[in-house]
Amino acid sequence: MIRIANGQGFWGDWLEAPVRLVDQGPIDFLVLDYLAEVTMSILQKQKQEDPALGYARDFPPLIGRLANKLKDRNIKVVANAGGVNPVACARAVLKAAPGLKVAVIHGDDVFHRIDEFLGKGYDMRDMDTGRPISAIRKQILSANAYIGAFPLAEALDTGADVVIAGRSTDTALTLAPMVHRFGWKAEDWNKLAAGTIAGHIIECGAQCSGGNCQVDWESIPNMSDVGYPIVEAEPDGSFTVTKHTGSGGRAHTDTVKEQLLYELGDPKRYMTPDCIADFTTVQLADTGPDRVKVSGIRGGPRPPTLKLSISYTDGWKAIGTLVYSWPQAVEKARAADRIVRARLAGLGLAFDEIYTEFFGLNACNGPAAPPNPDPPEIQLRIGVRGQDRKAVDRFTRELIPLVLNGPPGATGFGDGRPPVREIVAYWSALIPREEIETRVEVIS
Amino acid sequence: MRRPLSTIAHTRSGDKGDTSNIGVIALRPEHYRVILREVTPDRVKEFFGDLVKGKVERFELPNLGAINLLLHEALGGGGTVSLRVDAQGKTYGAALLRMEVEID
Repeated sequence: MIRIANGQGFWGDWLEAPVRLVDQGPIDFLVLDYLAEVTMSILQKQKQEDPALGYARDFPPLIGRLANKLKDRNIKVVANAGGVNPVACARAVLKAAPGLKVAVIHGDDVFHRIDEFLGKGYDMRDMDTGRPISAIRKQILSANAYIGAFPLAEALDTGADVVIAGRSTDTALTLAPMVHRFGWKAEDWNKLAAGTIAGHIIECGAQCSGGNCQVDWESIPNMSDVGYPIVEAEPDGSFTVTKHTGSGGRAHTDTVKEQLLYELGDPKRYMTPDCIADFTTVQLADTGPDRVKVSGIRGGPRPPTLKLSISYTDGWKAIGTLVYSWPQAVEKARAADRIVRARLAGLGLAFDEIYTEFFGLNACNGPAAPPNPDPPEIQLRIGVRGQDRKAVDRFTRELIPLVLNGPPGATGFGDGRPPVREIVAYWSALIPREEIETRVEVIS
Repeated sequence: MRRPLSTIAHTRSGDKGDTSNIGVIALRPEHYRVILREVTPDRVKEFFGDLVKGKVERFELPNLGAINLLLHEALGGGGTVSLRVDAQGKTYGAALLRMEVEID
């Protein structure tokens, strides 16, 4: 049995979580998931400004902080902290923790191969909308292939203490230690599917161990010290989801079920570079306090394609707010919205979209929100987006004047004009897997 | 009798692009067939009104006593493009718990 713990669900997750996973009990592997769909584009921009950047900058100081303990307890780290610059990340890690052996994975970054792919006839249509990539060719900021667990396992095979990937799948981080330790092969679909689902359960950190849990949420203990999840993996593919004894939170079939359903598509066909996992075969059982046994998982062969994660610029946006107080807060906020829209139209400004929400009334749930006829206050929230930065910038001037020249009772303008932000949109497409060759490099 | 879905189910919701997914999980095994009967794609689409521009798909996971709903074109363009405060549909699951269902 090996213990694999997840200490980060995204870049920006709780900084203390990985430290507590190392301090509060035994683990063999610490996996850290830093990348969301748009993170790569942010990192690409940082690298363009400074070639030594482009990775998750939280990661090297964390490894520096943990280095002695990782060495003493023989804990290996697997992380997709490399972003668009895994080598620079590895160098920063070695600077912070000189005694560790660090391996990086190359080959996921295809930013400079888009034209080559187009030349080969791959139109890389967006998996959501079906549009060909030629429609956004000039706007592309980053392009990466999602890579699976086998390159990561190969890196662990080198004896590395820290494995740094770029755009690996979230689930591969957890599956890789199993492939490495148990010697699973590319044809072991059921086992690979099991490890993939283990990865899916823990990839969002505490969201499977008490965080964001609806069932009896008030009774979940000691959330200020919530225990991040640990998978106790067996060579046959079965595993137990648990957390360190004495930590807060809850590991239960209820918390695990919620996370199993999170960001799920067709449950019979969960596609990864390693296998297709079937979530309808998962069997769960509470086998003790904070222990959930997971078994029975079946899967199918890996798909012939890999998914590309592409980011591109898509215009500008700004979102501004004002607060209207009782009485008639809703009516006043609605009137203010009409005035802003009329003034924007009067200026002849063109936007792709103007969108208004009324906080306290229906912002989160739209028509599904219950009636709230006379609330004590309402926040008006107007957003615009468009291709013309000047138009979006002008919009940001149109809210605060309403305090004096609009309906009565407006406040909450203290932060001034809202910022104009560039929109970085996400595009996913498929590419034959033969096009992507990965390579492991040990950096010293 | 008619009760809110929260009487028999818990949920978690998230996003994939402009699609929101809502997992609806029976609180007790006997509630699963009620969920299957009551939480249909048509009713979910009607419940969310013009928030959902595309179709609603439903997948069954009897092993978990759960269904997975996909609400297409439901997040104002999704992710970073969306002007919605809940651009990732994080609250859609809780919203659905308010839907009235016929409980045996």
